[in-house]
This record gives sequence, structure tokens and C-alpha cells, in this order.
Amino acid sequence: MPPPAARADTATTYAARDHARSMAGTVAEAMPYLPPSAYPGVPAEVAPSHLVWAETVAGGGYTTLTVAAGTVLQLTDLEGDACAHLLLYLADASWERLNVADTTKVAWQGYLGAGHQLLSDQGRALATIVEDTSGAHDAFCGTSTLARNTQRYGDGSPQGPAPAGRELFTLAAAKHGLTRRDLPPSVSFFKGVRVDPASGAFTFTGAADPAAGARVRLRAELPLVVLVADVPHPLDPRETYTCSRLEVLAWRGTPTVEGDPLFSRTPEGERAYRNSAAYRALRGIEVPA
Amino acid sequence: MSAASPADVVPEAVRGDVVRDEHVPARAPWSAVVAAGDVLTIVDLGGNQAVDCLLYDAHDHAQRYSAAETMLAQGGIFLVTGTVLRTGEGAPLLTVVADDVGRHDTIGGACSKESNALRYGHHTVHQHACVENFLIEGSRWGLGKRDLVSNINWYMNVPVEADGTLGIVDGLSAPGLRVSLRADVDTLVLVSNCPQVNNPCNGFDPTPVRMIVTRP
Repeated sequence: MPPPAARADTATTYAARDHARSMAGTVAEAMPYLPPSAYPGVPAEVAPSHLVWAETVAGGGYTTLTVAAGTVLQLTDLEGDACAHLLLYLADASWERLNVADTTKVAWQGYLGAGHQLLSDQGRALATIVEDTSGAHDAFCGTSTLARNTQRYGDGSPQGPAPAGRELFTLAAAKHGLTRRDLPPSVSFFKGVRVDPASGAFTFTGAADPAAGARVRLRAELPLVVLVADVPHPLDPRETYTCSRLEVLAWRGTPTVEGDPLFSRTPEGERAYRNSAAYRALRGIEVPA
Repeated sequence: MSAASPADVVPEAVRGDVVRDEHVPARAPWSAVVAAGDVLTIVDLGGNQAVDCLLYDAHDHAQRYSAAETMLAQGGIFLVTGTVLRTGEGAPLLTVVADDVGRHDTIGGACSKESNALRYGHHTVHQHACVENFLIEGSRWGLGKRDLVSNINWYMNVPVEADGTLGIVDGLSAPGLRVSLRADVDTLVLVSNCPQVNNPCNGFDPTPVRMIVTRP
């Protein structure tokens, strides 16, 4: 980082402008890269011209994107202690959104993994988990709250040392004109939870081994608003607020269409893909062949 | 309507003056504000009748039921006697104070025309569903689609297997079995007496339920 300017250099508008502009080119631990092709970690298999977003998010941070149908969204636990909490909304009709109950019930499966669709409340696939190198995720517990983090860590405010997921989701949602009313239960990636079949009790199973570098690829089946908060899982038992950086990359792709092995993976899933395809067709949403 | 009144003998936890005693027809919605301190008792008149339920702070509808917060606070998925039903911010709304069944569900969500199409086929789209009940009943309170979240399913049985397989299976309830909920704050209770006929949550035969509110 360049040395901070002395206060005296900002005494006039001209000097203040020079001072502000002198910060250009600074690289931070967590930041978006524009253009995305400037990101040093572009995956080898992704043509730089296809990359549409590259960002690193700090532990305790959040980001939000609006993505086209077909976009591949890759979330990577860079240092092994990220936990990516996710909410999805249909981009042009945000009252349609991720429904975790339907996401698990329709799939007859409570544990998220490759091939699992993230469903809306309107019987459409919003996204598909197309790749998963972690296997440690959660669709039951939602995210952390101000009250929980205040009790656990002494603070849960966005500006404090232990931001709560729900507070960060509130900020991310507000960027799309949405409010706390619009925050349904979320899913999270990179920290696992299992349910005891007899008692129903939760067990926090932590991260995959190895955790650093674990990634999840989501394919957007429809145009989506994506909210991502990187905060400790609410069942993480560690006394200190522990969360490391999350990498968020996005590149151009195509939705899941007939002929893709995922399309006919399950009868329920195929109907969801057909509903998403019908929505795209009716709305005139063109997708790359 | 309720000729057989299995709730006439009420447990200690729900004794008091009856301030409301209503019959909810099969497949119909219902709603009421239950005042802080009052106890709402739901009676499964016909047996194995799923009663889908959403809760809102009566004075601030933005504070509403959260399945995740409720499960997190107790460390597991089943709703049992003692379970505190919480808002998205973790605040108590209702507490389960008596239960004849043993456990109830909050991971299975509500049936909808749209999810029925996925689960059973597009031929079921025009069947009535719980989300329709929530939307029409919620509209009477100024609530809309944005206000629907993961709900409670009284009397519904949704186990999770070791490999993560989950689903709605045969219920544990029987005619006359009750669950009683004490309001910790004034709470708007929104109910869909589930009309589902494609899975065992209503024993493939939706039946009426009875809603009794008592004031100790």
C-alpha cells in the first residue's frame, strides 16, 4: 500500500483530489477486480474473456451480484475457514426466491451436494450445484443473527468484530430494494451439519479435509440476484469468531438443458428444469446455445 | 360441528377461560391473534391431519417465524414439548406447553401448486394447496408473498435418514390428539388446514381441526 498522505495534503480541494487519486492501484486482501481478467487466480479452464466477476470477500464480509441465466458462480474457501451463506432471488421478480424447504423436500435429500438444485417457491430451479469438492454444507440452520452473535461473541453488528450473517444479508438485500421481510432461510457452504436419524439432533461436522481450496460451482438457471455472506456457521463451536476469505468468481455459461446428464437426473428435477426453461422462453430470455 | 369433543378434558397447562373455540373445515385457512399469555390448542379431530402454520409478531409483521432459528436454539429438527418457536432474530413467539403426539415438523415446508407439480407431476397444479391458503388468509392481514417463510407442520412426520434422505411419511397422530402453544408475545397465527392428497401427511384424507384459545 502507498504511504498515507499527511493531513496537510488534504487542506484544499485540489490536494484532497490528488490524495484520493493517489490510492489508485492499491491491492487489498479482499476486493473485487475490474476488469475480472485482472484477477491473478483466473482458473485455467476459463477463458479470460468469459470471466464476468472476480472478488475476494473478507471473513465477516458480504457481496451481492446480479447474474444472467447460465452464469457459473464459483465459491472457493481460499484459506480453509470460509462459510458462504447464500440467498437467491429471481432477478426481475424478487418475490420469487430460494425456498430451502422445497430445495430439500423435492429432492428427497437434506444434504446439499453436486447435482442438487436450489429451488424457488414457484417450482423452478434457480440454480444447480454442478461441482462440489467439499461435501460439507448445510440447508437447515440458516445463518447467524445479531442476538446470537452478541451472545456468542459480544457483538454482531456489521461494523463490529463479529458481523452476523442476517445483518450482512440485510445490507446486501437493501442494495436491491429488499428489506428484512425478504430474508428467508438461507443455505451455507463449507461447514457441515448432520441430523441424527433417531433424535433429530444436529451435529456440526466442520469443514472438509483439506478445507483450503474447497469449492462449489453453481449454475444459474435463471437471471438471479445473489446474496453471499461469509460468516462463521451459527453452530461453529469455537469461542472466537473465526472466518477466512471467500473467493467469488463468475463466468459465462449455459443453463441446464435437455441432453445434459443433470437434466434428467431425477424426475422431480427434470420438471423443475422444464419449468425454468418455460420461464426463459416465455420471458424471451435468450441463452447461449 | 365438533360432536365428539376429545378436547373437553384439557391438560393442566391449558386450563382457563375459553376465549375462542373454532372449527376449521378440511382444506381451509384460519387465522387469529393469540394474546400474550393465552394458550392455543390445536385438536386433530380426524387424525394425521397436517396443520401448516406461520407466526408473526402481531405488532410488527416483519418479525416472523424462523424454522432455522427455532431449530438452532434447541439443537435439532423436531418440535416437541418445550420447543420455543422463534423469530428470524431469535425472539420467542410461542412455546409448546403440551403435546399428545411426540414430535412435529418444521423442515418440510408447505405444499404449493408449484411444488406439487415437481413432486407428483404437472397434473396436480390445479389442486388446492397450503400456500394458496397462506396467501389468501395472509392478505386479510396485509401479508403477501414476501412474508411467507419456512413454516411449522403440526402433526406432520418428516424424518431424516443417515444418508440425508428425507421425506413426509405416515403420521404419528390420531383422532383427538392435541398440541398446545402458549403465546410469549401477542402473535398472529396463520394456519392452513392442509389439503394435500398426494402424500400421507393427511392420511390421503384431509379432515377438520379445532382451534381453542384459553386464558389462564
